Amino acid sequence: MENLTAEKIIELKSTANDIRKSIIEMLCEAGSGHTAGALGMTDIFTLLYFGVLKHDPVNPLWTHRDRLILSNGHICPVLYATIAHAGYFPLEELKTLRKFGSRLQGHPHREFMPFLETSSGPLGEGLSQAVGMAIALKIDNKMDANNIFCIVGDGELDEGQNWEAVMLASKEKLSNLIVIVDRNKIQIDGTTEEVMPLGSLKDKFESFNWQTEEIDGNDFTEINNAIYKIKNNKKDMPSVIIANTIPSKGVKEWEGDYRWHGKAPNKKEAEMALKELSK
Amino acid sequence: MLNQSLKLNTKIFNDNVEKNSTRQGFGEGLLKAGIENENVVALCADLTDSVKVNIFADKFPDRFIQTGIAEQNMASVASGMASMGKIPFMASYAMFNSGRNWEQIRTTICYNNQPVKIIGSHAGLSVGPDGGSHQALEDIALTRVIPNMVVISPCDYIEAKKATIACARTIDPTYIRLARNDTPLITTEDTPFEIGKAQIVYIPEIGLAHVGIIATGPILYKAIIAAHGLEKRGIKTKVMNLSTVKPLDENAIIALAKETKAIVTVEDH
Repeated sequence: MENLTAEKIIELKSTANDIRKSIIEMLCEAGSGHTAGALGMTDIFTLLYFGVLKHDPVNPLWTHRDRLILSNGHICPVLYATIAHAGYFPLEELKTLRKFGSRLQGHPHREFMPFLETSSGPLGEGLSQAVGMAIALKIDNKMDANNIFCIVGDGELDEGQNWEAVMLASKEKLSNLIVIVDRNKIQIDGTTEEVMPLGSLKDKFESFNWQTEEIDGNDFTEINNAIYKIKNNKKDMPSVIIANTIPSKGVKEWEGDYRWHGKAPNKKEAEMALKELSK
Repeated sequence: MLNQSLKLNTKIFNDNVEKNSTRQGFGEGLLKAGIENENVVALCADLTDSVKVNIFADKFPDRFIQTGIAEQNMASVASGMASMGKIPFMASYAMFNSGRNWEQIRTTICYNNQPVKIIGSHAGLSVGPDGGSHQALEDIALTRVIPNMVVISPCDYIEAKKATIACARTIDPTYIRLARNDTPLITTEDTPFEIGKAQIVYIPEIGLAHVGIIATGPILYKAIIAAHGLEKRGIKTKVMNLSTVKPLDENAIIALAKETKAIVTVEDH
């Protein structure tokens, strides 16, 4: 909806809280996986699947659905948990994350979950695929029918392929493409500015002729306003939302700490976090 | 002698045998595939004339994407287009298109099992004057190792055209290996072609063969010439055109090995 009501925000907050609990439970059960990014992006995933995307959990391959491509596949616990809460598969299955024989692999694999738009994991490739999807709609004169959403991590912007895709999207004037950058400022080896300084992503994207919004990625109103501002103000250019998020959002003790990027909570840590989220 | 049942080019032993390139055959085949199916699209990384995608692009400019010199992006963009129902042909030199973008092909195309057709031109040592950096000798090894991938190495201009049209009708990720130079026409328009099917193009005039030569790509011509020479010296030879490298026509290879006392392979890589 174009303007979130107070009731809707309360509902979204409650759903996001449930999804965060599922993420912690599944990661604890798995014993490995990526916690910080998954918790940081929970609000964006919640709003997308419970308010923005044209999709149908009962008919996941519906031709006229919007597409969401998760490029930084390692944060897939948030994708799995969100779509399970949206009704794509039973919540119970979340506990099979990373288990032998499970279709919930540590990085998404479309062969076993056809309703994922792509497999992902190796970084820097999702944006190109999203560009390809947007171009396919353009060729079919269906630019206005659907949006292609692509989630990318800030750290993965180190990969040069992203900037090849950024140039092509701009050249092809892909107004149906909305990229959301998870600007949480951390990657495995440390902060993004230590590992490989990204500087102002807004300036970078604007110089490539992209429509650019910068928001608090943990604020439902700001996320929603940015998406609808882009949707209602179609220009002949692709759009990017730089979403400043707090890694591990929701669990105070872990928030902002890059060491939670690539590890899962143990039983004690999970209990503490679940207690905090149940307050 | 040539295996007449395959309706091969009978002028193959003439000095003035007609020549054309496999890349040209691809370009013309792509145009036909594009006319046959409107979902066929093409991508190229700044080598459009060189790899003959211009033939398609001139006819269908709205279905052609110029990606600039960015083969990694091209591979994943093609994957995205395929997931929306397109049959993308992405073309460049073999060194960059399966070399530079190998992991994008492996993950975004083959792991997703998307029907992208990867065209690697100027492959092999035969690209000579361009120098070692451009001689893709690794492309067959790189592509055939990836699950889901089909690998085709056409022997001449006509077979390249047929392979292009045939692979546009399949849903498999496919690599087609092409050469730069004009090489002799071995087949004719009437020669049958089927992906995955090897053909015995040269047979002894009488009796069983002593030697089996398995060749792939335009170098098949040299294998046939060699077999012709061996025949005059009393060595009976069968020559196989193994235009599909993967899936391998195992039955045909085993049958040839059982019949002969030695197998020689002739490959430009």
